[in-house]
Amino acid sequence: MQPILSANNIVKNYANHTALDRVSIEIPSNSIFGLLGPNGAGKTSLIRIINQITGPDSGEVLFNGEPLSPKHIFEIGYLPEERGLYKKMKVGEHAMYLAQLKGLSKAEALEKLKHWFDKFDITPWWNKRVEELSKGMQQKLQFIVTVIHAPSLLILDEPFSGFDPINTNLIKDEILALKQSGTSILFSTHNMESVEELCDHIALLDKSNKILGGSVEEVRTSFKSNRYQISFTGSIISFTNSLWTLGKLINHSTDNNLITAIVEVNKDVSPNQLLSNVMDKSEIRSFTELVPSMKEIFISQINNNKESIEPAINE
Amino acid sequence: MNSTGLIIKREYLSRVKKNSFIIMTLLGPLLLAAIMIVPIWLATQEKSELRIEVIDESFLFKDLIPENENIRFDYPPVSVIPAQENFYNTNYDAILYIPHNVISGGNAVKIFYKTPLGFAAEEYIASTFSKMAYNVILLKNKVDIKTIKIAAQNSQIKVLSEKIKTDGKSEKQNSGTFIAIAIGAGVLIYMFIFMYGVQVMRGVMEEKSNRIVEVILSSVKPFQFMMGKIIGIALVGLTQFVIWCVLTFSIYSIGSATLLKNIDIKQVQQKEEVYSIGADLNYEKMKQIDKANVVTQVWNDLKLIDVKAITLAFLFYFLIGYFMYAALFAAVGAAVDNEADTQQFVLPITIPLILCFVVAQFVIQNPESNITYWLSIIPFTSPIVMMLRLPFGVPINELILSMSFLVAGFFITTWIAARIYKTGILLYGKKASWRELTKWLFYKQ
Repeated sequence: MQPILSANNIVKNYANHTALDRVSIEIPSNSIFGLLGPNGAGKTSLIRIINQITGPDSGEVLFNGEPLSPKHIFEIGYLPEERGLYKKMKVGEHAMYLAQLKGLSKAEALEKLKHWFDKFDITPWWNKRVEELSKGMQQKLQFIVTVIHAPSLLILDEPFSGFDPINTNLIKDEILALKQSGTSILFSTHNMESVEELCDHIALLDKSNKILGGSVEEVRTSFKSNRYQISFTGSIISFTNSLWTLGKLINHSTDNNLITAIVEVNKDVSPNQLLSNVMDKSEIRSFTELVPSMKEIFISQINNNKESIEPAINE
Repeated sequence: MNSTGLIIKREYLSRVKKNSFIIMTLLGPLLLAAIMIVPIWLATQEKSELRIEVIDESFLFKDLIPENENIRFDYPPVSVIPAQENFYNTNYDAILYIPHNVISGGNAVKIFYKTPLGFAAEEYIASTFSKMAYNVILLKNKVDIKTIKIAAQNSQIKVLSEKIKTDGKSEKQNSGTFIAIAIGAGVLIYMFIFMYGVQVMRGVMEEKSNRIVEVILSSVKPFQFMMGKIIGIALVGLTQFVIWCVLTFSIYSIGSATLLKNIDIKQVQQKEEVYSIGADLNYEKMKQIDKANVVTQVWNDLKLIDVKAITLAFLFYFLIGYFMYAALFAAVGAAVDNEADTQQFVLPITIPLILCFVVAQFVIQNPESNITYWLSIIPFTSPIVMMLRLPFGVPINELILSMSFLVAGFFITTWIAARIYKTGILLYGKKASWRELTKWLFYKQ
């Protein structure tokens, strides 16, 4: 299927630094794409280019296969990291204003807003001023106006920052529901747990470059270190012997009779092979392949990148 | 409705609905009308009647001092010392003591009072006595008063200047009223640019600091957003201006119809008669007629002014001048993070405006000078200086030149402002300097 958005070799320079250096990403249709990276990596620059707030110095962005143009503005919904509202405006008027700016007619906007306001339980606040809303309610309002025009691509920059856990779950559920109904979502965050929970694909930006990308499964698999965690009862010596030439014992701990061992096997050894070798001598209680979490991958990759680039930067 | 329209609508409505706007819009005309009416009203107000006891040692003025509705004179046959001693037993407000040598070297009359009479009454007595003394001296020297009056009247020569246009026809202009209107228009343009320019700047800063800007910029172009705000606020200003004009005019009409009804055109015609009679010593009445005459003079002048042309010129300089400055104010608002940082940028922007004020008097006195010419052509000063020049007649080609320069200036400043705005509005925590702004100007967008 054609990707909803592909950015190819995007370069963006500011006066004193390069924000994006030949960055390419591809957001498959109907998926959640995580754009990851530390502060200052270039995420916001890339998102602003996709939103046509700024333009790239070179490179092209394709939306549904067409070069990005002003008409696509209405097909994108954007929740910026730095988001605010006019404090003195009435909640309803404000929502109508932003909805109409996204191309909805007055009648459409009113109808859709009523639906969303009911869904998020903020209808009674329609005639109140924005400044009277609690922070959580303001964020609900911001989320509503981001999705009000049913965009085919939804861009959420740190959507959960400042949300309480209840609202976080509410928004997570909405994001998943939107994906169900066919929306593609670009999701920029530091929050690695939510990446594993929500994202299908990721790109990791650091220092203006993409240093990692692909589906979450692929990425995690490519970083697996062939380690397994095996819990068993029996003797640690016979367990070690049974490993034979498959690999070596990294670590083990004993709790009452239960021994938990971490084993690193050679590359071509399959989990079944390992399991069949050790199950003769030991009573296996649990067997887990240790795949690094996204957080671990994130940190290790950023640190590697730092070591390789840091000496060159002198600011 | 398109996006720019929506932005204009929001900017307009959110300001027009504000209480401060409503109060200012309604109070402004009341204040303005009050400034116009109250002095005239006060002047015609009846004060409590003053009764004054005249002790005339010169024996020249008995029963002759003209009275007005506020001052009555009695001439009891007492001398000054007993009158003073007995003062508090009478109901006189003052004793007017005329020494015997009042016109032969004394040159003063004395007033003894219980409570001060006030400036108007003293002024009345002083001027009345001066005129009477003048007449008495003339009489004493056997000079015909009528001749002197006619001479005084007919020797007041005014200068009436008329311009001969290239087609040989003359054109009456340069009247005081026209200059007053021009100064008023200049002041209005100055105030409008300042008040609403600063509103644009504040609005942009508010959007930047409350972080709404990025949400909106995902729907509209920065230029649209900036212009929507500028136009919306211009409409707010025009609304306020129109309401002010209508209200001021109606309040003034109603006020003058009810309060100043005793001044009418008939009195103006009577003036001629009064002067021709000459001997009539009712100075107070003549004074009042003079006042009425100013009002009719203004009306006659207004008929001579090409109202349509001056209104069009005013609207043009008013709006385009505002647009040019507003764009710069918007750029400043986008460049800074807080109010305190605006100072270093606002001052240079407003220097040309302040300069206009400084040179206003010079311009009116020297409408044909080179400095005036250039100030009325240069876009930053032309909105105000050209308005000041208009009463003195501006060749149409100079007017067109000035207007085209202003339009060009508007496009250039807006282009510059838009580039600074675009970069500044999304940049946080960076302290803007002039050097920084110049850099932003040349960013690839």
